[in-house]
Amino acid sequence: MSSSPSPLHLAVALDGAGWHPAAWREPVARPRELLTAAYWTDLVTEAERGLLDFVTIEDALGLQSSSFTEPDGRTDQVRGRLDAVLIAARVAPLTRHIGVVPTVVATHTEPFHISKAIATLDYVSTGRAGLRVQITARQNEAAHFGRRTFPPFRIEDYDTPAVQEVVADAFNEAADYVEVVRRLWDSWEDDAEIRDVATGRFIDRDKLHYIDFEGRHFSVKGPSITPRPPQGQPLVSALAHATIPYRLVAQAADIGYVTPHDAGRARAIVEEIRAEQTAAGRADETLHVFGDLVVFLDHDPAEAAARRERLDARAGYPYTSDAPIFTGTPAQLADLLQELQSSGLSGFRLRPAVAGHDLPAITQGLVPELQRRGAFRRAYEADTLRGLLGLSRPANRYAAATA
Amino acid sequence: MSKPLKQIHLAAHFPGVNNTTVWSDPKAGSHIEFSSFVHFAQTAERAKFDFLFLAEGLRLREQGGKIYDLDIVGRPDTFTILAALAAVTEHLGLTGTINSTFNEPYEVARQFASLDHLSGGRAAWNVVTSWDAFTGENFRRGGFLPQEERYSRAKEFLATANELFDSWHGDDIVADRETGTFLRDAQAGAFVHQGRHFDIQGQFNVPRSPQGRPVIFQAGDSDEGREFAASSADAIFSRYATLREGQAFYADVKGRLARYGRGRDQLLILPAASFVLGDTDAEAEELAREVRRQQVSGATAIKHLEFVWNRDLSAYDPDGPLPDIAPDLGEHTIARGRAQVRMYRDPLATAREWRELASANKWSIRDLVIETGNRQNFVGSPATVAETINDFVQADASDGFILVPHITPSGLDPFADQVVPLLQERGVYRTEYAGTTLRDHLGLALPHSRLRSSGGTPIDEIRDERVAS
Repeated sequence: MSSSPSPLHLAVALDGAGWHPAAWREPVARPRELLTAAYWTDLVTEAERGLLDFVTIEDALGLQSSSFTEPDGRTDQVRGRLDAVLIAARVAPLTRHIGVVPTVVATHTEPFHISKAIATLDYVSTGRAGLRVQITARQNEAAHFGRRTFPPFRIEDYDTPAVQEVVADAFNEAADYVEVVRRLWDSWEDDAEIRDVATGRFIDRDKLHYIDFEGRHFSVKGPSITPRPPQGQPLVSALAHATIPYRLVAQAADIGYVTPHDAGRARAIVEEIRAEQTAAGRADETLHVFGDLVVFLDHDPAEAAARRERLDARAGYPYTSDAPIFTGTPAQLADLLQELQSSGLSGFRLRPAVAGHDLPAITQGLVPELQRRGAFRRAYEADTLRGLLGLSRPANRYAAATA
Repeated sequence: MSKPLKQIHLAAHFPGVNNTTVWSDPKAGSHIEFSSFVHFAQTAERAKFDFLFLAEGLRLREQGGKIYDLDIVGRPDTFTILAALAAVTEHLGLTGTINSTFNEPYEVARQFASLDHLSGGRAAWNVVTSWDAFTGENFRRGGFLPQEERYSRAKEFLATANELFDSWHGDDIVADRETGTFLRDAQAGAFVHQGRHFDIQGQFNVPRSPQGRPVIFQAGDSDEGREFAASSADAIFSRYATLREGQAFYADVKGRLARYGRGRDQLLILPAASFVLGDTDAEAEELAREVRRQQVSGATAIKHLEFVWNRDLSAYDPDGPLPDIAPDLGEHTIARGRAQVRMYRDPLATAREWRELASANKWSIRDLVIETGNRQNFVGSPATVAETINDFVQADASDGFILVPHITPSGLDPFADQVVPLLQERGVYRTEYAGTTLRDHLGLALPHSRLRSSGGTPIDEIRDERVAS
């Protein structure tokens, strides 16, 4: 008899009506409500009923597209979205335990603004905030800002040296961005606000710190205008498919989302990230590596397969993804997750193919199945997102330096 | 025949980082914890206010080269707080002060459009610009703009944002499951803007929001600023909360509206105003005096004098006479990150005037700072304050007020409980919200989608934070 498995972590990635391009046409979908607070509140509260660790919310600085590099001009798929940080803030006060992790784009935005936005999300959620950092080298999105240009490239050219150089630079900028965001979170020590009536001082200004960051793409003075958030450091996460982003995860993130298509590949990716983590001097810090999967979940495997075929037919092409696509029952998915977990993944970020169908299938099918196996929590065991993920509240880098 | 009574508009300014916010009072709570914002917003909504107002400052203030520590320091992110407040309120408008210097139109437009969607049409934008490289040190845009550039960038920023708001028409999403048509037109959101400050094109990715555009606030006072407000703003956050000044400003700005084919009710004039309530007028006056002394400690008085003198005055006794040395007329370096210092355009004259006042009245430094600033706008019993506010509005000195309590977060409670019912009894203030959007509360029409080719909307004189003074 083997010992009971170690619990795994579960998140869901929310995007519009779901990840399949025809999801919005399903009877269960609410395609005219995708821009409403009620829609997002329903999704996140459903995820919370399933005791999930957190939700991520997709975002981008341009219209959705079926093409990796440019707009596609399609009118048959969901187009248009809301700012993910604001969605997260809108649902946070209506939930109590689940983490909220919006996507933020590092390429064209201000790290100062994002740092205080996520710090504030941490305040309004009382310690449940995080971010997923993303880059963009799309020409059309650069044109929305008009401050810089990127060379045109096709997805087939992704591995060429020229494109890899662009990608590497964008990820270096993202690493700088995360560094600035994190320093700003620490730029106030926890006890900086003293309200000392006797001396008339509201703060002890020796406990506020300039961050004095200077990098290739920006320099930021600090301190933040927002005091250190409840978690100290809200969660930082990133999706990674190759060595350059693995390095970003290893150096700067608390969670990396990866997309291995089998256990062997999962093991190799985890090893690569762990090696980079050690090289970055973070060997004794908790760094989660989550597997991303698109899921079609039904009680009967044939039903799930048929649903996927029907959606593909409606979309007019078979859906493909960077992540593996799972089609089957909650029990089959639980088997797969536990197998992948044994290769070093500590959790999973599931992308519901159809939000209105596959999210409840996760919370009401997969979760009870994992609970029966002793592999998932039966109640929330912590008040903060870091707590749910077994991350302690970190010491302030500036306080440590002066101690 | 007397004219019908005007309906009063009221709004609530979350207490900010000026010395007018009294943090030393035992009743003073957190200015960061979300629970404070919830209390404040729900009080404003209980009192049927039009909106809540948040100011912004993007660099912590410094004085004498050090972070200023005598006032409230720190504040949360504006968009994030407003989106969260949308979850705990149903009707209250949500007004954010957002800087046009250290942002980009595409990003700000998607944030306001998102806020408007997520609040069911309650978003408003107080458009401001920053003035110095000091704030710029926190941003990748960095640097700073000369004054004229700042204003021209602000104008073009707003014009560009409006083009983005208008790039979706409102009927773009068809979402027909049977035919598989989600969008009516593949070009939804398309825009091209070529101007001096912004040369951008592509597709905006937030479909048209319930209000079309957020309600636009402007705080301008110069001729150009007033002209802009008359042409394009929905409301003015004005500085004139005295009867005579208020009437002059009101008549001037409202008189400009016809030129733009706009009615007198399509631009609201809302001065910031502070208040102190007591059971009797005498009690309120006494309380107001105490509050002013809380707002201006001896140390604070010295710091305020430094705004004018532009030099270190820490050696002076706040309970003693004014300095006899002259102000330093060089570049203002003593207080950074503050709009107030620009109020003293002629420091020599101000210093002379203050010395004369102090000498004539036998005022110490602290007395002088207390007496020359921070006098509350409305002081009295609830009946007196209700009557005064109503008189102001009926006499066309304003359309209402943006109230700035001095205590976070409970400072609005007595006004909501004691003054609002009296205004309702007089029939000059709503007892229930009639509509759901902020435009409904303000009596403003929905904007037409009006695409324009390029920038050219003037805006100016914009501040990071206003308080009554």
